[in-house]
Amino acid sequence: MAVVKFTLNGKPQTVDAVPAMPLLWVLRDTLGLTGTKFGCGMSLCGACTVHINGQPVRSCVTPISTVAGKTVLTIEGLSADASHPIQQAWIEEDVPQCGYCQSGQIMTAAALLAKTARPSDADIDEAMHGNICRCGTYDTIRSAIHRAAEIKRGAGASK
Amino acid sequence: MSIPVNRRTFLKTGAATAGGLLIGFYLPERNELAAAATDSKLNAYVHVGSDDFVTLFIHKAEMGQGTVTSLSMLLAEELECDWNKIRTEFPGVSPEYGPYQGVVGSQSIRTSWEPLRRAGATAREMLVEAAAQRWGIDKSRCRAESSEVINTATNARLSYGSLSEVAAKLPRPTAVALKDPSQFRLIGKPTKRLDTHDKVNGRAAFGIDVRVPGMLHAVVERCPVFGGKVAGFDASKSKAIPGVKDVVAISSGVAVIAENTWAAMEGRRVLKVQWDEGAVASISSAGISKDFAEHSQQPGAVARKTGDAAASLAGASKKIEAVYETPFLAHAPMEPLNCVAHVRPDGCEVWASTQGQTAARDIAAKITGLAPEKVQVNTRFMGGGFGRRARSDYVGEAVEVSKALGRPVQLTWSREDDLQQDFYRPAAYARLTAGLDAEGWPVAFSARLICPPFGGLNNGVARTGVEGVVDMLYAIPNILVDYHALDPGIPVSYWRSVGYSQNTFFAESFLDELAAAGGKDPVELRRRLLSNAPRLRTALELAADKAGWGKPLAPGKGRGISVVNNIGSFTAQVAEVSINRGKLRVDRVVCAVDCGYAVNPAGIEQQIRSGIVFGLSAALKGGITIDRGRVQQQNFHQYDVLRMEEMPAIEVHIVPSRNAPGGIGEAGTPGIAPAVANAIFAATGKRVRRLPIRSEDLA
Ligand code: FES
Ligand code: FES
Repeated sequence: MAVVKFTLNGKPQTVDAVPAMPLLWVLRDTLGLTGTKFGCGMSLCGACTVHINGQPVRSCVTPISTVAGKTVLTIEGLSADASHPIQQAWIEEDVPQCGYCQSGQIMTAAALLAKTARPSDADIDEAMHGNICRCGTYDTIRSAIHRAAEIKRGAGASK
Repeated sequence: MSIPVNRRTFLKTGAATAGGLLIGFYLPERNELAAAATDSKLNAYVHVGSDDFVTLFIHKAEMGQGTVTSLSMLLAEELECDWNKIRTEFPGVSPEYGPYQGVVGSQSIRTSWEPLRRAGATAREMLVEAAAQRWGIDKSRCRAESSEVINTATNARLSYGSLSEVAAKLPRPTAVALKDPSQFRLIGKPTKRLDTHDKVNGRAAFGIDVRVPGMLHAVVERCPVFGGKVAGFDASKSKAIPGVKDVVAISSGVAVIAENTWAAMEGRRVLKVQWDEGAVASISSAGISKDFAEHSQQPGAVARKTGDAAASLAGASKKIEAVYETPFLAHAPMEPLNCVAHVRPDGCEVWASTQGQTAARDIAAKITGLAPEKVQVNTRFMGGGFGRRARSDYVGEAVEVSKALGRPVQLTWSREDDLQQDFYRPAAYARLTAGLDAEGWPVAFSARLICPPFGGLNNGVARTGVEGVVDMLYAIPNILVDYHALDPGIPVSYWRSVGYSQNTFFAESFLDELAAAGGKDPVELRRRLLSNAPRLRTALELAADKAGWGKPLAPGKGRGISVVNNIGSFTAQVAEVSINRGKLRVDRVVCAVDCGYAVNPAGIEQQIRSGIVFGLSAALKGGITIDRGRVQQQNFHQYDVLRMEEMPAIEVHIVPSRNAPGGIGEAGTPGIAPAVANAIFAATGKRVRRLPIRSEDLA
């Protein structure tokens, strides 16, 4: 066991865990933050995506020891009131079906938007390739990302 | 008001429903007729609270199809309540909820169409009556609107909340009039889902998110060979893993229980189990295929006989024969299977995202020896079901582990477990023969279908093995369909659209072969053969028209069409594909659907798209193969699904209809594989006769 200190959703966090334990399970089982989902455990589906120092990362293959001193953002910390442009756009476009993949989709999309203000379809393909949705919401995800970019630029209230 | 349930037992499962107006009603199950409804058998409730909120308690679980939204629309239409003040709860299963609870076969909206509107109208009438009494006027002078009753003479208003207590004491009206569809203000309008907000902030509670005080986490090592049994195990290394609490044998294998899921998985990784692999250890996909092919030479059990196909074939001007084959498929819902169970000496509580609440209760009762009414099943949001969650094997496992430990336990399946221990869409094989007359029109059609059966046999025929061919609406004078129930021992079950998922591929691809052999346009041939099936023909014509059927395409591109009638809906799809240096891309899909009265057009469109993506994943990538009784695919790298960049542009067109609503969750799935295969033929002249589509089948 090792004590690991990091910043979680803006607050200091300390956990005592086996160093190899993936961040995903620390979040879900140790800390009770269940918004980050388990889908494959092998970095193949994107359901477990969180931000570490602003980068989208698959938490299922991220040992907790590597998180020491870093800043972790999960879906719970993206905004207090679902007001992040991505979340607003997701609501406007009615993206989720079963909803299970959506935390990961939203975190991946939020990282894309942070880095690319006006993502093209090709940017979206590349960024979102690793996020599976079995309900097939890909096309609404695409339009919601474009819409979120508009919201972020302040280009108009909701339609 | 007659509510023959113990109100307290019921209410404890729900929101703050103390007081207020509670109306119980009955939603028919499966194919039961609405007429079977009686007051003594209630399975759903509407509650109007003193806080103005309307709560719909239903047992239909939400797995992503937007059922909750559509059902709420039916209720709100007649209740005249404010759309923002309606919410839904899934009460735990309890014996009062009728003999069968579950969501399979896309029947939710089909069975709820009348009773939900009636329940809404009943509640509205009682609230209006309560207002009329308060004002001392006749209720004909009152009108209900947006959760208020309005006095039409004075314009005075009383909120539903302020009337609910009084309304609850009034007799329930015996007959209520329902609106004519022309008066609908909600039904038929594209309506956003009610559950979106919690699905963008991580708060929606799926089964896997259930946390119970004192809960441990378990995973199970199962025999890699279907039907194998534990011969012995050595848990010493597992128990040395930090966090591992216990290792116990259960009927499906060996469970490792730990403080967290990961420790349980680590403990399982070093567990040593000796298996008694059993008979299935000699089974492989190649052998199954060979067996299918051999049986296809012999007549099977007759599923449909129209005219005399054999005689007609013998006299036909042209005879066409083909063999088609499809693989086993896994469901792979995004949320891996899981269940929390807490077995106590006097009762058992289960939390699960399940499509089969009653089955979950029954298996828990059986394992614990408790009476079914001592078992409480709490339903949570499902991260996809697609048929897999109608099974309750994983519920039973959680109950067994909790029983052994006497503590609440969450059991989680890994993705590997999910792909390797599924109840699969069966592999299937079809030998198809048809005869054309001198003008090239089909006069005889015979299909020999072979696949593992499930859902029961009737005179040797499993409905799940023949649907999609046996119920084709084509007016071909001589049709013979027969079937072999061949069971190699691989577990099989319902998979989104069930038998249609393979049989529509067989039938609609082969029909395309007949069009080509007879020199007919594929749309023209179908239009002629659907002369007695106006709803399907209209869908066909709409899809063809919107897709620009017949308009020239660039070289390397092709269009293909398919039709299907399943779950009370009629669907046609046109796929447009391009083949570029041996690589297939599905560019565009145009789908037309007649699913009866379109309660929520937005929801229908979403479900059709979803069904198409699901079917396309299978057509392009899906395949579970067996080697020595073991599934060869382990995770998404070997069982890939459609990704963002592969998504075609999908257009959905809804045929206006006044018929009772059909199902929609499975309507889009069957038609996409044949539409794509037919488009490949149009582009390349290559006929795809097996799935998934492989690059070597394109050139
Ligand atoms: S669970 Fe991490 S990528 Fe699938
Ligand atoms: S919304 Fe169900 S998996 Fe994406």
